[in-house]
Amino acid sequence: MDALAIKTESLGRIYKIRGSKKGEPKERVALSNVNLDVPRGEFFGLLGPNGAGKTTLIKILVTLLAPSSGRALVAGYDVAKEPQNVRPRINMVSGGESSGYGLLTVRENLWMFGQFYGLDNNTTWRRVDELLEIVGLKDRANTKTSDLSTGLRQKMNIVRGFLTDPDVIFLDEPTLGLDVNASRDIRNFVRNWMAERPGRTVLLTTHTMAEADELCDRTAIINAGKVLACDSPAVLKKRLQREVIFHIDVSPLRNGALAAFNTMPGVRKATHNALDGKSELDLILTEDHVLTEVISTLSSHGAHILNLQKREPTLEDVFVDLVGLSMAEAEKSE
Amino acid sequence: MSTLITPVKQDLGWRLFFRTVIARAYPRVIGQMREKAWIIFETFLPFLATAGYVYVYRAIQAPEDYIGFAVMGGAMTAFWLNVMWMMASQLYWEKENGNLALYIMAPNSLMAILLGMAVGGLFATTLRAAIIMILGTWLFQVNFVVSSFVQLFAVFSLTMVALYGLGMLFASLFLLFGREAWQIVMMLQEPVYLLSGFYFPVRSFGFVVATIASLLPLTLGMDAMRQLVFASGPTLGFISVPIEIGALVVLSAGFIAAAKYWLSRIERLAIQEGTLTDRRR
Repeated sequence: MDALAIKTESLGRIYKIRGSKKGEPKERVALSNVNLDVPRGEFFGLLGPNGAGKTTLIKILVTLLAPSSGRALVAGYDVAKEPQNVRPRINMVSGGESSGYGLLTVRENLWMFGQFYGLDNNTTWRRVDELLEIVGLKDRANTKTSDLSTGLRQKMNIVRGFLTDPDVIFLDEPTLGLDVNASRDIRNFVRNWMAERPGRTVLLTTHTMAEADELCDRTAIINAGKVLACDSPAVLKKRLQREVIFHIDVSPLRNGALAAFNTMPGVRKATHNALDGKSELDLILTEDHVLTEVISTLSSHGAHILNLQKREPTLEDVFVDLVGLSMAEAEKSE
Repeated sequence: MSTLITPVKQDLGWRLFFRTVIARAYPRVIGQMREKAWIIFETFLPFLATAGYVYVYRAIQAPEDYIGFAVMGGAMTAFWLNVMWMMASQLYWEKENGNLALYIMAPNSLMAILLGMAVGGLFATTLRAAIIMILGTWLFQVNFVVSSFVQLFAVFSLTMVALYGLGMLFASLFLLFGREAWQIVMMLQEPVYLLSGFYFPVRSFGFVVATIASLLPLTLGMDAMRQLVFASGPTLGFISVPIEIGALVVLSAGFIAAAKYWLSRIERLAIQEGTLTDRRR
């Protein structure tokens, strides 16, 4: 196997828009000039809002979608030209997946998917039972899949993905819609799986910053089909170390206030989240003393400060710094 | 949580192919035991239509073998329904529930998946057809006079291979149609009932229409089986049984080859266009 688990070179994907009317765009650029090198053994994150191109990139890497330009290699093989060599070495788990058949039990569904990868019966049953025990699903092994809750079903999906012990696993929002405990169990399982055999590679897509921060050796931040930055979460956050970040809860803001921050010297980025009865402001300032000016501007717009907090930069701040919008705002604009 | 477990060894080639066929057939076979509603919906209710034809034939004092034709037609209807609803439109439903993406990105071949669906469907449907046949024979006192068990077995087997080959071909083509597959299935169902002569000898259509209808494997298959199991069958048959067997061999090979060609072509096309696994596109 190649030293790189995943490599993309100038990778691009354009979708044709069917039935577009006159004057409307005929194409949509989903990925543009993506260059990534993911060494074997790395836990690599793709972080971006919905519609950023994360799933398109994963679909190309798992041989479900052809690139429009450039090329991608997984486990050393070209995904477009040699999919038959890529497929035995990979697997994928997506959030909210409803794969399998409801009338089969958990064990039976997993056995079926194991067979599709050529695992012999004994190995499949043994691995199914071992993995079900590890993820805490052994007591539901003989439950019909249609009777499982969302969280338990996703645990089954995780077992399906890891059953074949792939060299490279793609996790596309694997904790989507799960409660805190189920998400933590899944994160722990994946982390241990990585730790136990160097050389296993995970590519995780998420729009949950904390998940990327906690799990990933390196993270690429992607928006509108382009990779904007790629490094370890610590290095990405260092970009903002010279700045100071404040989170302020204020009484509901009028439109003019936010516009004032966007043009105020010393304010690098300002994002606003209107909640019921209050507004949340996240400000990246070049220096501490700019805060005085911010507070006086808030007062002049009649806003009352409810809470003010200085905090360490997060990956969300890195995203705001790179894109100019919060993740939620980027999703809305998409 | 530890993940230190049994190591994996993967089969490829023909072993993987057969593992996939068996695994994909499994849900259909096991479904018979788990969801028993089919006994009512897929055996008893279709049997009512068969009974309707039997009483019409009795009312008009048709030859007694026509009762047998109707019972056999009722049993064979189960196979056609299975091919249309559980084969032709199946890949489309697999796409909708997310299985298709997993089938494609696994190292198996999609032909193995389709063959597994066909084998599982054939097993399950043979059970339904057998119940209709036994019930009809017992209730309506059908008299069978089998002239050649060997030919009967050959005709039935070839009819099934050709029919499920057609189903595999439809399954590939229906991937192109998306949601319209449902309407296409509805549109095909009744004309095939008529053209295949489920409840009457296809010879009644005249040579030209019967020849065109013979592109459907059930037309030739049922005509040949009637000739082989009823005393008056040969006199009401469309063409001779050996010719029908030859035609079924050609249809079987043709439909399976066409299914393989289209499946591979449509898979390539869909991967190019991004339509294969995206429910929105």
